[in-house]
Amino acid sequence: MSEAGIQLQCRLPLADFTLEADLNLPGRGVTALFGASGSGKTSLLRCVAGLARPAGRVKINGECWQDDAQRVFLPTHKRALGYVFQEASLFAHLSVRANLEFGRKRIAAAERKVGWEAAVELLGIGHLLDRGTAALSGGERQRVAIARALLTSPQLLLMDEPLAALDSRRKQEILPYLERLHDELATPILYVSHSPDEVARLADHMVLLEQGRVVASGPTAELLARLDLPLALDEDAAVLVDTQVVGHDEDYQLTRLGFPGGVIKVTRKALDVGKRARLKIQARDVSIALTGENPSSIVNRLPARIVGFGDAAHPAQCLVRLDAGGTPLLARITRLSKDQLGLREGLPVVAQIKSVALLA
Amino acid sequence: MELTPEDWSAVRLTLELSTLVTVLLLIIGTPIAWWLARTRSRLRGVIGAVVSLPIVLPPTVLGFYLLVLMGPQGAVGRFTEALGLGRLPFTFTGLVVASIIYSLPFVVQPIQNAFMAMGDRPLEVAATLRASPLVTFFTVTLPLARPGFITAAILGFAHTVGEFGVVLMIGGNIPDKTRVISMQIYNHVEAMEYGQAHGLAAGLLAFSFIVLLGLYAVGGRNGLGGGR
Repeated sequence: MSEAGIQLQCRLPLADFTLEADLNLPGRGVTALFGASGSGKTSLLRCVAGLARPAGRVKINGECWQDDAQRVFLPTHKRALGYVFQEASLFAHLSVRANLEFGRKRIAAAERKVGWEAAVELLGIGHLLDRGTAALSGGERQRVAIARALLTSPQLLLMDEPLAALDSRRKQEILPYLERLHDELATPILYVSHSPDEVARLADHMVLLEQGRVVASGPTAELLARLDLPLALDEDAAVLVDTQVVGHDEDYQLTRLGFPGGVIKVTRKALDVGKRARLKIQARDVSIALTGENPSSIVNRLPARIVGFGDAAHPAQCLVRLDAGGTPLLARITRLSKDQLGLREGLPVVAQIKSVALLA
Repeated sequence: MELTPEDWSAVRLTLELSTLVTVLLLIIGTPIAWWLARTRSRLRGVIGAVVSLPIVLPPTVLGFYLLVLMGPQGAVGRFTEALGLGRLPFTFTGLVVASIIYSLPFVVQPIQNAFMAMGDRPLEVAATLRASPLVTFFTVTLPLARPGFITAAILGFAHTVGEFGVVLMIGGNIPDKTRVISMQIYNHVEAMEYGQAHGLAAGLLAFSFIVLLGLYAVGGRNGLGGGR
């Protein structure tokens, strides 16, 4: 049996429902715990941290933090984790520097994988070190809190909606840092969020929670494209497409991104050929044509095949799941169009993509 | 209205008593306040009420029962005699014990309020930063609850300085042993020495005012109101 990965078996009665989770999550990358507020995401995170005491088992890459069968329950301070709370929760009686030192000084020098300079630079807080915490803005506080957690060189980083309290500009500033965390540290991250956008951008894996139950768990791209999950009902329902830069068109200032389903052209990006790029394509930006012959201003037209239909939020509309060379796409169209075009499963069509968002 | 050597002796004794009692109360009161602030036990209400009892109880009632308890027939009295400590009434030690009970709520409540106002979050954060509960208590809890401790110390000290009824019942009026300022004022008034009484009384009045002034300054800065 492989020891790698995060094994969670938790059962915890809460006020309105019982949190029940039995999960095997990848031992690296970002796993998003996604769900509406009050779905038990934070409680699950607290179970992993030992801040709540569920019945069950918690194992992180072979290290046992809780196992009821063996009567093992490590208290929180003995778990090699970093926790970023929704509100930064800095110690008000300590300076920024002392806040950062608080956890770091308890880690043996040999176990410090994250350097002071690296963490301070990564989160851009060098100029704040000698300040008190009261004078910091919300974004600054949260960056200090993230650095503070990182400086304990955790084996698992738990983040409870760390961006929820920030304005969108600050969010956009921190997101690249989080992406770098993901790429450079190899520390697995459990990331609680109710923002589909954050999840699409950051998460490799995703757990969908509803009323304390795990509705689905799997790779983010796969889950987002599923018609049977509540995600599909969201106004912003979207799929992720992992592509590679195949070339640039200097005349028209376009960048060509290739994936098994074809090539998508986007406005010229400063990306080297061969670089990986993740695209988000919203269902509302995809329309369906029976042939690619009609003249149109839409640049991106991909041959695809219909593999299924699902409900959309509004009864006038439906979702169509398409397969473009093995990559799933979602199109949200009216039911009227569906019947007028005679769309059915297995039908080869052309997916017309009006716009895409480049995530990373 | 020069203070007599007896007056000065009473002042010194009062300061000694109050300082000792305050130090002991901070040590005893902190775990009680911690327990009251954090427990979910059903006993919380009962213990909380017992600790607060001296606030509403007439000091003479408290003193009377302490006298009975510590006396030769009382449980505490028999216990202290068995330990070879002798009897506590009419000794400085007895006064210390009685004062601790008498001033306990004035120390426990500000600390308890400070612990409750702080909430769980700082403790949880400290735990996720690898600090054991004991380390957390000294590096996070105590510094964050400092205004509560300052308020508690001031109230405990001032309240002990001002006690009279309990001392009267349990300590009597023994010079250099149990004769505190309030007793000495009483003695002067009994002897019709109003000038002498004024000397001490005015001193206590000024002291009380300064204490409260300081308390409101601390409370104002930390948003804790006037203490309790």
